[in-house]
Amino acid sequence: MSNLINEALPDAEAQCRQLADLIRPQLSKNPALVGIYSGGAWIAERLKELLGLTEDIGLIDVSFYRDDFAEKGLHPQCRPTVIPFDVEGRHLILVDDVLYTGRTTRAAINELFDYGRPAAVELAVLADRGGRELPVAPTYGAWDVKLTDAQNLVLDRNDHGQLAWRLENV
Amino acid sequence: MYNPQLNKNGELAHLLSIEGLPKSILTQILDTAASFMEVSARDVKKVPLLRGKSVFNLFFENSTRTRTTFEIAAKRLSADVINLDINKSSASKGETLLDTIDNLVAMHANLFVVRHASSGAPYLIAEHLQRIGRDDVHVVNAGDGRHAHPTQGLLDMYTIRHYKKDFTQLRVAIVGDILHSRVARSDIHALTTLGVPEVRAIGPETLLPKHLDKLGVHVYHDMNEGLKDVDVIIMLRLQNERMTGALLPSAGEYFRHYGLTPQKLALAKPDAIVMHPGPMNRGVEIHSAVADGSQAVILPQVTFGIAVRMAVMSIVAGN
Repeated sequence: MSNLINEALPDAEAQCRQLADLIRPQLSKNPALVGIYSGGAWIAERLKELLGLTEDIGLIDVSFYRDDFAEKGLHPQCRPTVIPFDVEGRHLILVDDVLYTGRTTRAAINELFDYGRPAAVELAVLADRGGRELPVAPTYGAWDVKLTDAQNLVLDRNDHGQLAWRLENV
Repeated sequence: MYNPQLNKNGELAHLLSIEGLPKSILTQILDTAASFMEVSARDVKKVPLLRGKSVFNLFFENSTRTRTTFEIAAKRLSADVINLDINKSSASKGETLLDTIDNLVAMHANLFVVRHASSGAPYLIAEHLQRIGRDDVHVVNAGDGRHAHPTQGLLDMYTIRHYKKDFTQLRVAIVGDILHSRVARSDIHALTTLGVPEVRAIGPETLLPKHLDKLGVHVYHDMNEGLKDVDVIIMLRLQNERMTGALLPSAGEYFRHYGLTPQKLALAKPDAIVMHPGPMNRGVEIHSAVADGSQAVILPQVTFGIAVRMAVMSIVAGN
């Protein structure tokens, strides 16, 4: 694990290419990509280009499946989940920017199963910051990083569609 | 200003009326409803948001459609739904409204959907809940007297936004018995808040409230004039009891002047949409050729209504 202090943040675009290289050997399974809003959706779009896939990606907003509704209420800005393909029997790759507690992944898997029974669900993440609270592990990961609880890793997309990391202090 | 609908963080804890709600909250409800439209299109039309919560439908006044859409909405949020037909139960035995509420709170109610013939009944309940310190119990107004029908107003706004995209360029006409209509009142507040520049009220003098102009509404008694170049036509139901009073001569006479016929519809913009909160009186306020025509969006309104009620219930229950 790299330590982020005194170190420049890595190039998120290069990490997307790395992730695409890891997924490429699995293309024979005809996988469908599902990006978790918003960072995961951007990465899934990039992976679609890099892997030369023609099928539209799925987009998922887990607001209706979160486990903290009782404490936090509904997220004020939720976006429609769009799954433009039949989930039944498909090989799915769930894409997210940062894997942390695993709770978002849990919510996304629950939501996917309300669309049908996929053959398999894999998880691709750009960054894995540890701190898991559920038994979730990435199938494909580009970057293992150690952060303190006070740090938050955020993926941004600029006006030219370029992805870049930003570190926030919470 | 104190608003009993909002919690101390300014979030929507009860939906009692559209009047007094900021544009940001109306937009949040419409955006959330758009996400719920996607849920209703799936095989499994359910999300786990209100799992374990109990929604009580308290209908002190009959309304099969509104009650059914609230019931479907609550079930799609995984809530348990209890329908109480109050006319046939406690109230007729003399129990007061607030005693009924206290009993239902003791049964662990989380959300009340209230339809009442008296304006203000849902406010009374919301204020009572606050007084007894139960800010975990929420109220949604499903129509109170002549006052408000906020979820109908919101589903009308959802419908308009769905077909017209932008509120800020629109001319909207509301036609009929505006005086007795809680739908019209909610629509007018919502349209104004969302930035519709021109709202018109069309109807006979006896069925239009005075001082509509103070709400920024343009008044027309001649439907042919009022419909000219409008983008949206909201027809209101003419209640039968209005005909027996002194307000109107007859249904036939009303239809001649204020019924929406294909000829009158042709005066609006060619892509104008026709809305109606239902149930319709064909041949009284609307011609069948219009009700079943390509410009009518009356049935989509019903579908949107479920998503809008899911949005409202999930937002208030979380605040």
